[in-house]
Amino acid sequence: MPSLDSAADDPHGWFRVDRDGRRLEAGGAWTIHDCARLDHELRAAHITGSGTIEIDASKIDKLDSAGAWLLLRTKRNLEAAGRRISRFALPELYAPLLENLDKTHTAPPVTIHHKTFRDRLERIGKATIHFGRQASDILSYLGRVTVETGEAIVSPRGHLRIAAIFHQVEETGINALPIVGLLSFLIGVVIAYQGVEQLRKFGAEIFAIDGLGIITLREMGVLMTSIIVAGRSGSAFTAHIGTMRVNEEIDAMQTMGLNTVDTLVLPRVIGLVIALPLLAFYADIMGLIGGAIMFYFDLGTNTPAFLRELKQNLVLNDFLVGLIKAPVFAFVIALVGCYEGFQVERNAASVGLLTTRSVVESVFLVIVLDAIFSVVFSVMGI
Amino acid sequence: MAAEKNGSDKKESVIKLRGLVNGFGGKIIHDHIDLDVHRGEVLGVVGGSGAGKSVLLRSIIGLNKPLDGRIEVFGRHTGDVEDLEMKALEMRWGVLFQEGALYSSQTVAENIQVPLREYTHMSQELMNEIASVKLTMVGLPEDAAKKYPSELSGGMKKRAGLARALALDPELLFLDEPTAGLDPISANQFDELIKGLQKSLGLTVFLVTHDLDTLRAITDRIAVLVNKKIKCGTIAELRKDKDPWIQDYFSGVRGRAALADT
Repeated sequence: MPSLDSAADDPHGWFRVDRDGRRLEAGGAWTIHDCARLDHELRAAHITGSGTIEIDASKIDKLDSAGAWLLLRTKRNLEAAGRRISRFALPELYAPLLENLDKTHTAPPVTIHHKTFRDRLERIGKATIHFGRQASDILSYLGRVTVETGEAIVSPRGHLRIAAIFHQVEETGINALPIVGLLSFLIGVVIAYQGVEQLRKFGAEIFAIDGLGIITLREMGVLMTSIIVAGRSGSAFTAHIGTMRVNEEIDAMQTMGLNTVDTLVLPRVIGLVIALPLLAFYADIMGLIGGAIMFYFDLGTNTPAFLRELKQNLVLNDFLVGLIKAPVFAFVIALVGCYEGFQVERNAASVGLLTTRSVVESVFLVIVLDAIFSVVFSVMGI
Repeated sequence: MAAEKNGSDKKESVIKLRGLVNGFGGKIIHDHIDLDVHRGEVLGVVGGSGAGKSVLLRSIIGLNKPLDGRIEVFGRHTGDVEDLEMKALEMRWGVLFQEGALYSSQTVAENIQVPLREYTHMSQELMNEIASVKLTMVGLPEDAAKKYPSELSGGMKKRAGLARALALDPELLFLDEPTAGLDPISANQFDELIKGLQKSLGLTVFLVTHDLDTLRAITDRIAVLVNKKIKCGTIAELRKDKDPWIQDYFSGVRGRAALADT
């Protein structure tokens, strides 16, 4: 790495103090190239003595603002130590630079702040309040979006933007087909393989097919899809709306009387509520195909045998229980993605921060909701 | 200042463009332009929207690769210098971008210290002192040091950006529309500031602007980008030019008002 300190081809800056501390002489190039060294030497040189002192900087042949500051600081330190400056000589060319600096610059108060126990306590308190406030904000946002969605469904005219909804379906659904398909397929392969390995110990390999069917249809298909979509589309919602906020586009929309919920949130929410169940169904199928291929190689079951086994042991409810969760997850992912987008402040770091938060929150909520669904279904005996 | 010392007619060129061609997607913006910026002068660059003022600035500082031509800064052809040498060049110039381009995750003081930290071995204490010196130089109050860019007004952001551009005491300063978006009082102050700094530090300034008051107040010469070419001269010389755009620019209502007493 190049460094200014070594890049200097000018004669070096220097200074010396005579023995009785009555005269300080400086010369050479007092520029930023040499400032680190000069600063070090100046701090190390304890200028002793008392009474008047003469500063002769007339031999300085190059001075920039960093060097001027060092000279000025030296002069001020001497004055603060009770010395009187009898003469201060500087080449005429550089006099205005130092004068300007002296006139305008007042020494900054040095404040070093150590963190105390109280500060930490305060931080914990602030974070707690922030957490509570955010929970209530997101809840009121949920309320607002629910009301507006209801209104849009009751009177679609002027509220529903069909083109925008279909754009979102394409963006979040159709464009996600390859990644969702591949991952579900691989998960199907893994579940089938592990199931066969474990059940073989009991000689019950064939039940691995039931296991795969139930796990994929009830849980894995919809859960994997939701997590992928949260990472893919939830983050995109936050980043897009957040960037619009940074560019003041949201403000522009509001002043034009455009309802940001109608134009930005509803298409995303409705689009995802349409797209995610379809994606989840597709993921179910891909997972089953992945498992079927694994069973063919591991157990030698061909397709009709595989399907027969599934049909004997699965009921329609297994499929419906999985799929019924998809629109709920979609609603949560879209809601969190949009909400966090509107929280973005007008700087670049904020977009990144809130995008991360949006993904973490939506994945968290999806898994919590999934657990709640499981409990409810088991109580209901489905 | 070197030019003043040797006192000859041949001024030293800090920036030297020869046959520069720039274009995007088949559309030529600069068609073989030549330009010299002399040491210690303030050169204003003007031109209509889309005439390529910012592109010109970006080509010189190496953010935009030209299609053809030579760009020499401090006598070095920026097209074929090594990375290390380019860094050495970059240390000798400072750039103020249009919106300040301050790093939003850092305070103003930290922003100013970025180049100091990267290129020198200063102690933290000295860096703090230098940051506060630069803040005073650009006329920002002491308490601005601890603020984040999002907490500053547009004018303050520009001042902070200028303070960062001046951090390494550059010889050459690039300013991209420094007064755009400022109220007339702030704009005047900014003009004064740049002129004052230019005088006391002996800077060479490459100034892209639309502000006729700025042009009149602080530039020595003006380069006009018109019809993909450059025309260069003092205001008085350019006002005699026959080109319709230049005529409109300097003799339109705004031009006449701003240049009334020249």
